[in-house]
Amino acid sequence: MDLKELYKDVIVDHNRSPRNFRKIPDATRIQEGFNPLCGDKLTVYLKLDGERISDLSFEGSGCAISVASASLMSERLKGKTVMEAQQLFDKMHALLTREDADSDLESLGKLAVLSGVREYPSRVKCATLCWHTLKNILEHPGNPPVSTE
Amino acid sequence: MNARHDRNPLLMPDFDAPRWRRDFPILQQQIHGKPLVYLDNAATSQKPQAVIDAVADYYEKLNSNVHRGVHQLSELATVAYEGAREKLRRFINAATLKEIIFVRGATEAINLVAQSYGRSRFQSGDEIILSEMEHHSNIVPWQLLREQMGAVLKIVPITDAGELEPGAYEKLFSSRTRLVALAHISNALGSINPVKKMIAHAHRHGVPVLLDGAQAVPHLPVDVRDLDCDFYAFSGHKMFGPTGIGVLYAKEALLAEMPPYQGGGDMIRTVRFTGSTWNELPHKFEAGTPDIAGTIGLGAAVDYLGSIGMLAIRNYEQALLEYGTQRLQAVKNLKLVGTARHKAGVLSFVMEGIHPHDIGTIVDREGVAIRTGHHCAMPVMEHFRIPATARASLAFYNTRDDIDALVQALEKVREIFR
Ligand SMILES: Cc1ncc(COP(=O)(O)O)c(C=O)c1O
Repeated sequence: MDLKELYKDVIVDHNRSPRNFRKIPDATRIQEGFNPLCGDKLTVYLKLDGERISDLSFEGSGCAISVASASLMSERLKGKTVMEAQQLFDKMHALLTREDADSDLESLGKLAVLSGVREYPSRVKCATLCWHTLKNILEHPGNPPVSTE
Repeated sequence: MNARHDRNPLLMPDFDAPRWRRDFPILQQQIHGKPLVYLDNAATSQKPQAVIDAVADYYEKLNSNVHRGVHQLSELATVAYEGAREKLRRFINAATLKEIIFVRGATEAINLVAQSYGRSRFQSGDEIILSEMEHHSNIVPWQLLREQMGAVLKIVPITDAGELEPGAYEKLFSSRTRLVALAHISNALGSINPVKKMIAHAHRHGVPVLLDGAQAVPHLPVDVRDLDCDFYAFSGHKMFGPTGIGVLYAKEALLAEMPPYQGGGDMIRTVRFTGSTWNELPHKFEAGTPDIAGTIGLGAAVDYLGSIGMLAIRNYEQALLEYGTQRLQAVKNLKLVGTARHKAGVLSFVMEGIHPHDIGTIVDREGVAIRTGHHCAMPVMEHFRIPATARASLAFYNTRDDIDALVQALEKVREIFR
């Protein structure tokens, strides 16, 4: 497989200029995620307006895959409901970890660029870190940091 | 600019690396359709045919338990196993066979010293001197001891070149200092520490020294009596031997006083429910059936290294390191992490705006195997305020072509992240 399948232009672009890469001073919830294998560390900030995600951002350091994944996640989920975020987590999880998940690429839109990661088992955790961190916020506010190990 | 870099890197010492490389079957293969360029030797080294054959031979012709049977195979296996001990003794110039304890690796060797020597001798408030460049395996066993008995850890800081801060070590000694535990060579930075001088200093305070030699034994001649270290720990798998086997060297006088680390078969003389007595050295510290095949394989690795010569290996790797340093320094936006004056063949680096993990994946597709991450030395990463580095680490079977392949692969990295 060509490296360009992993490092698609969208990923390189979101790595170079990550969207929503900032703190949210009045965040409803803040959660840290950590991948001890490679040292990827990120903090996800979430602001809720009832059931709606009125703002979503992140900060931290990581490889291109983890930064692009978080950037794309923040872009996609702003304005969505908690329920929609949970559904998207399930779809992304399937996309990144399951062989047979291609059917739904359409509905994932830009996030589908992350599908190449599946071919690089050692990199799957980079892409899933932000998603697990988000899931942790949504399900268990006030939990200790997420670790992908 | 220090003198090493003024020399012409193209003048390699007379050393036939390609010839030695042919002894390593794994290095003949292709990865992602490209010839394998193996530059992850600090993580683990490859095994020559001689080691693979020794292990296979043992299972085909000798397999049986050691120190137990009177039957022919058991006697032959015991002779082979103890023969390996003699090879290791000679290789590091230990005074007697009693001083060579076979363990799983450097990690177990250090844990043995912490739990046997440390636990039986230290008291709450006693101090252990470590350095900021230690591998986790020379940090965590002492932290366990801190939890168990209140030992205090004192840390020698490092400079931005990756050397121990001048003068800092000497200042850490106090009347409570009980042990120095120090990397001979740093796996993350390549720095070679001035251990002989440091040992002499510790001894003037009556303090014994443990050296973590995991990265030294495969790359330069080690003479434990010349160093006068009290403990020396190393792993077989990093010195072209099998995984799962390593050595703790310790001075006989210390071992004689130390309680056993693990209990079981082989390490006892008599067992009664009222109490047991211990076997003599070195067996007192080798409970249970050992890794017989691994030990014999390690003996074969030592024979193999002996046929090349550790001095020749060191000189060749120094020249290759100089070449690699110059080539990498010429890569745009690349910064070497660890630029000590005395260095072994470790090239840790970061590239501006590109995470080491991405570097690792991309060069892998070019057939180049390097390590990325914190290299089990998180305090070193913290010192340089980086989450990780990419690290190319050399062995005597590497050539300038391997360095060139790495540099070319790094161009690919730059292309993708342009
Ligand atoms: C300097 C150093 N010490 C200790 C170790 C631990 O060796 P092992 O995992 O073989 O026990 C390593 C291995 O990476 C090392 O590089």
